[in-house]
Amino acid sequence: MPLIDLANPTRFLAFTSRFLPWLAAATVLVLAVGISLVASAPDDYQQGATVKIMFIHVPAAWLAMGCWTLMSIAALGTLVWRHPLADVAARAAAPLGAAFTAMCLITGMLWGRPMWGTYWVWDGRLTSVLVLFLMYLGVLALWRTVDDPSRAARATAVLTLVGAVNLPIIKFSVDWWSTLHQPASVLRLGGPTIHPSLLTPLLIMALGFLLLFITLHLAAMRNEIMRRRVRTMLMLQAEAAGR
Amino acid sequence: MTLGPYAAFILGAYGIAALIVTAMVAWVMIDHRRQARALADLEARGVTRRSEQRTGDPRTGEVTP
Repeated sequence: MPLIDLANPTRFLAFTSRFLPWLAAATVLVLAVGISLVASAPDDYQQGATVKIMFIHVPAAWLAMGCWTLMSIAALGTLVWRHPLADVAARAAAPLGAAFTAMCLITGMLWGRPMWGTYWVWDGRLTSVLVLFLMYLGVLALWRTVDDPSRAARATAVLTLVGAVNLPIIKFSVDWWSTLHQPASVLRLGGPTIHPSLLTPLLIMALGFLLLFITLHLAAMRNEIMRRRVRTMLMLQAEAAGR
Repeated sequence: MTLGPYAAFILGAYGIAALIVTAMVAWVMIDHRRQARALADLEARGVTRRSEQRTGDPRTGEVTP
């Protein structure tokens, strides 16, 4: 099937029905391999066993930011090309992004308490990620507030693009401001500074999280298309009853 | 594998992550079941979308009145 065919909602539904079981199986397999590697990974020489929190905290943080990036691209699709699947993609991604951001914040707090001596500090990195979480809640609330779906799509697309300004702030906050949070140690110009014995399980877990996100996002997009069909059919039914 | 003096924090982090993943999977599955049921219910009542009314069933070519 050519990729362009997936822009058609009906063909997209057929595609998801065929590929979702395979994606779900791949997700379970990669996460199982990742968790077994995490279990056998050595302790960090400074942090001890608490470094194991990194294997879920870092992939969750990457997805929290990646999901907003995807929503920003979808927002352009809504505003510039007015493609219906663009809004479907953004709307399906938002709850997942909020969930991964919450996971990032909570696991970070549980890592921070034994390492920093506190669950929370109002520094640049932690505060900007909290702002990202609040923005996810904001777009979810906006979708629910505006009744007309096309107006809601445009309003949330604008808010999403404005919110994208926060992404470089999150990324570079550890370089711009004094913080307890460690600087970038994987995605940096000079290459990763983590020992391969810890980097390999981290990358496998990140791949597992990415597959999990793709699986859940496609499934949520399928649900959103079905929800819009139900809405259209209910409106047609009401229209027919009114004649 | 020994988790040392901070085992509660490590297990707590993994427990929360598992809980959030379970909630996301449950949300997607429950929502799918709800939408599929609503669609089936509407189709059983003879409600079809305009595109289906116009083109009919693509497999049979039959046009829905």
